[in-house]
Amino acid sequence: MNRRSLATIVSASTASALVLTGCGQAGQGDQGGGDGPVRLTMWTHSAGNPAELEVYEQIIADFNESQDDYEVVTEAFPQGAYNDAIVAAAAANDLPCLLDMDGPIVPNWAWAGYIQPLELPTEITDALLPTAVGSYQDEIYSAGYWDAALSIFARESVLQENGIRIPTADDPWTIDEFDSALATLKDAGYDTPLDIGAEDTGEWWPYAYSPMLQSAGGDLINRDTMLSAEGVLNGPEAVEFFTWFQDAFAKGWTSSGGTVGNEEFNNDEVALSYTGVWNALDSLEAAGDDLLILPPPDFGNGPKIGGASWQWGISSTCNSPDGARAYLEFSFQDEYITAFSDKQVVIPATEGAVEASEYFGPDGDLQPFVELSQQFAVPRPETPAYPVISSTFEKAAKDIMNGADVQQALDNAVAEIDANIESNDGYGF
Amino acid sequence: MTAATLGERDVRRRHKIGSYVVMSAIAVIFLFPLVFMFVSSLKPDAQILSDVGSPRAFIPVGDISLENYFGVFDRVPVGRFLFNSILVTVLTVGLGLIVNSMAGFALSRLRWRGRVLVLSVVIATLIVPFETIAVPMVYWVSKLPTLVVEGGVLKYDFGWLNSYHVQIVPFIANAFSIFLFTQYFSTIPKSLDEAARIDGASWFTIYRRIVAPLAGPAFATVAILTFLPAWNQYLWPLMVVQQEELRPVMVGMQYFFQLNTAWGEVMAYTSLITLPVLLVFLSFQRAFVSSVAASGVKG
Amino acid sequence: MTTPISTSPAAGLPVPETPRQAGTRRATRGAALRRERRTGLTMAAPALVLLLLFLILPVLLAFGLSFTNARLISPNPPRFVGLDNFLRAFTSDPVFLRSTINTFVFAAVVVPVQAGLGLLLAVLVNQKIRGVTAFRVIYFIPVVTSIVVVSILWRFMYQPDGLVNNFIDTITFGALQGTAWLNNPDTALGAIIVLSIWQAVGFHMLIWLSGLQTIPEELYEAARMDGASVWQQFVNVTWPGLRSTMVFVLVTITIAALGLFVQIDVMTQGGPVNSTTTLVYHAVRKGYREQETGYGATISLIFFVLVLLVALVQRYLTRDKD
Repeated sequence: MNRRSLATIVSASTASALVLTGCGQAGQGDQGGGDGPVRLTMWTHSAGNPAELEVYEQIIADFNESQDDYEVVTEAFPQGAYNDAIVAAAAANDLPCLLDMDGPIVPNWAWAGYIQPLELPTEITDALLPTAVGSYQDEIYSAGYWDAALSIFARESVLQENGIRIPTADDPWTIDEFDSALATLKDAGYDTPLDIGAEDTGEWWPYAYSPMLQSAGGDLINRDTMLSAEGVLNGPEAVEFFTWFQDAFAKGWTSSGGTVGNEEFNNDEVALSYTGVWNALDSLEAAGDDLLILPPPDFGNGPKIGGASWQWGISSTCNSPDGARAYLEFSFQDEYITAFSDKQVVIPATEGAVEASEYFGPDGDLQPFVELSQQFAVPRPETPAYPVISSTFEKAAKDIMNGADVQQALDNAVAEIDANIESNDGYGF
Repeated sequence: MTAATLGERDVRRRHKIGSYVVMSAIAVIFLFPLVFMFVSSLKPDAQILSDVGSPRAFIPVGDISLENYFGVFDRVPVGRFLFNSILVTVLTVGLGLIVNSMAGFALSRLRWRGRVLVLSVVIATLIVPFETIAVPMVYWVSKLPTLVVEGGVLKYDFGWLNSYHVQIVPFIANAFSIFLFTQYFSTIPKSLDEAARIDGASWFTIYRRIVAPLAGPAFATVAILTFLPAWNQYLWPLMVVQQEELRPVMVGMQYFFQLNTAWGEVMAYTSLITLPVLLVFLSFQRAFVSSVAASGVKG
Repeated sequence: MTTPISTSPAAGLPVPETPRQAGTRRATRGAALRRERRTGLTMAAPALVLLLLFLILPVLLAFGLSFTNARLISPNPPRFVGLDNFLRAFTSDPVFLRSTINTFVFAAVVVPVQAGLGLLLAVLVNQKIRGVTAFRVIYFIPVVTSIVVVSILWRFMYQPDGLVNNFIDTITFGALQGTAWLNNPDTALGAIIVLSIWQAVGFHMLIWLSGLQTIPEELYEAARMDGASVWQQFVNVTWPGLRSTMVFVLVTITIAALGLFVQIDVMTQGGPVNSTTTLVYHAVRKGYREQETGYGATISLIFFVLVLLVALVQRYLTRDKD
């Protein structure tokens, strides 16, 4: 390495390092100096999702124009990295004013003091779907524009050919009916008749399968005390459900192969698909009028589906909570809510927005999802222990899927959850 | 030409052909995932998934287009991310060469108290995987002082999050690099130093004018080896960089994992971010391959 | 190198000799030693300070945390809990024990196999034949490809109907059926071992190659004169000449193998049924994803100690015996 090139590296590096130190720095939550509007920083998990970002940009532009006191500026993160960024920012005392968050994490962040009570006018929060509002210890901390819903996708023609009854929300499949339907479809030539998305990882697992567990009479935690999972996550009902779950894989009714998404159903490689509203448009295109949107089976206590999706909250370090509230109030207009749900294909959280929606309105193709969400949605437990419950549940359910002893796996999960709750002094319960 | 040499030649030729066959077969094994990536980047999602089990996965057939690449540019500010990664990588590598080679020089050629202890500690730190200290690191860098220009005035502030330097400074010093430099420098005869000392040269001069110029291979090796982790930074920027304008390329991968993964775009994006590395490597490969060889890395 | 050229004007220029007395020479030597010491420390300082700030300090912080119940997210301040976390790891965390076993199984397979294959490749590409550089480059390409990207690609190939199974089916004419490699507790770790070796072996090929090229050609010539076969040449000339290279290769592979994380995170998340969970993965899962920073730090600390032990044992076994 010759002298000249070394010298060049040195001077270039030092010079640019100096320059960058200066210009690369821009803290969050900074007050736009002096006069002018107060700047409100806002983080979303929507990077890589142009449709959703477009609506936010519209709302923000409208809000900034509608008044002179506040100016909202936004930063988008990719969903997979979002929680990490929030946790790091909180550790550094650098949270933005406004942030969105996945429903089940809300109690954890409220308990940790990341976010403050929302205190929006009750006429706004009361009008929303119950699962679009996040609370902890009877205090509302977050509210969202929409919710998602899961259902069973099927083709009418396939069910009719095989003599399978088409269930309704009032008269869903019993678990026995569901089992025999799967057996019939397997015999009819579907290699794995049901796609339940088991190839996915992370929050999908508790979101998709813990409602089934609830339908069977079990739960993730005893919701009366929020202090223990003993007897609910490893009780006889839970064992029965997970035995069914394990058998479904063992019998080849479903599998954990394939890739995340609904391609298999759209290509008619599976007859039934337990999946979300966000996949409905593609399937509608693939199956047309033949597409059925069915309630999930009743494992004993009525069908259940997961509720609570992304919602908005205000950080406890927000420099202007009043401004943040003003923005959120402004944003909860039916017009915007409809825009979100039609662009994102998710269920609008207000009646008015449902009426106006292209897909979810009275004549919309996806109208059944509104009904499913209203009748069957259950929230995941509203406790700060949720992150550990979620991760433990996923691990236990996957182990069971792969052949672990059911009772053993559930007992381990309960022990882990209970130990965690105890070491956190009950998380405030 | 005698019969014996002819036979020997024959054996050698057969041996040579055998070598080529074996090496080519191995080459296929090393190349096919990348071929799969490039080819898939030209196909629509549904076709990628249906081709995946057959040889078609390696052949650009069917519905071939650049659609995925357009999709990538719509979704991710590719240019910006590339720029950030290049900047971070060049500075990390450049500053690292200077800092680590100086340390290697001091550790291999100068006598000072604590030298042996320092060398052992440096080597011991090789065992620390970054993942295990990431969390304490976030707390720590968020408390470090920094200079900010605010309204034209230079001010003190605390917290390194959300900047370029937080992606660079922690990774400049590198135990492995120091170790390699120390090893390499110790193979250069010390008599050179003594001669220069007698001529009145300072240690610094000896380092810069005598030892460093003789250590080209070590510099090249360290450059490539530190280039890769810097370019592939993922966990760290994900935790400490908030503004989109400052994000590096690997974080961009996350943009494609929405409710449903756009596999074609993932393949297009991974192709786009792998390409610069391959180009850098290919253009330096001769120097690199021979320099690793020449640096004779030893335990 | 950090200072601009201008600060050392005397550089490279011969300085005229001045006549000196014996006494002043001794004094000069003392001064020279002092200067040497000072310069040594100064030149090492930037790297040492940076290592201290960004490696050693966080490690010490982690050590401290491992005796507390510190949480990533909590309104409560951390409490000192003594050795509770260590007790928990060894007595009531089966996943921790499983992670320890997996980590060592992984290393026990990867270290010899990767080192061996690397050497084999190095011998192959050390031949003086045309186009050999191209092969060196090709074998090295996986090393320069991001491990995240590589893991995603291989996850595709390991699917039940993926390339790997298709390949097995074809070459055995359907006699052997593949499995869902990453979902089968018996095969998942093996699948990750294969991918990991594939990704990193090119690097160690180059290291071996560097060792091979330091062996003088005359030694081979002499061996050939004595009528040594190719194998005998390898055993008697090549292998002894590669001693120090071998130590280096073993140490670097061991350290990398014990730190296995990204492949697990992208491909299996420790499953199925804990068959691929590793110490670093478990530390991250506990300390970060499940927010138990104190406990995660404990696992990290145990990990450091274990790796250090392995390194020392390795050092002992590969010491120069003469």
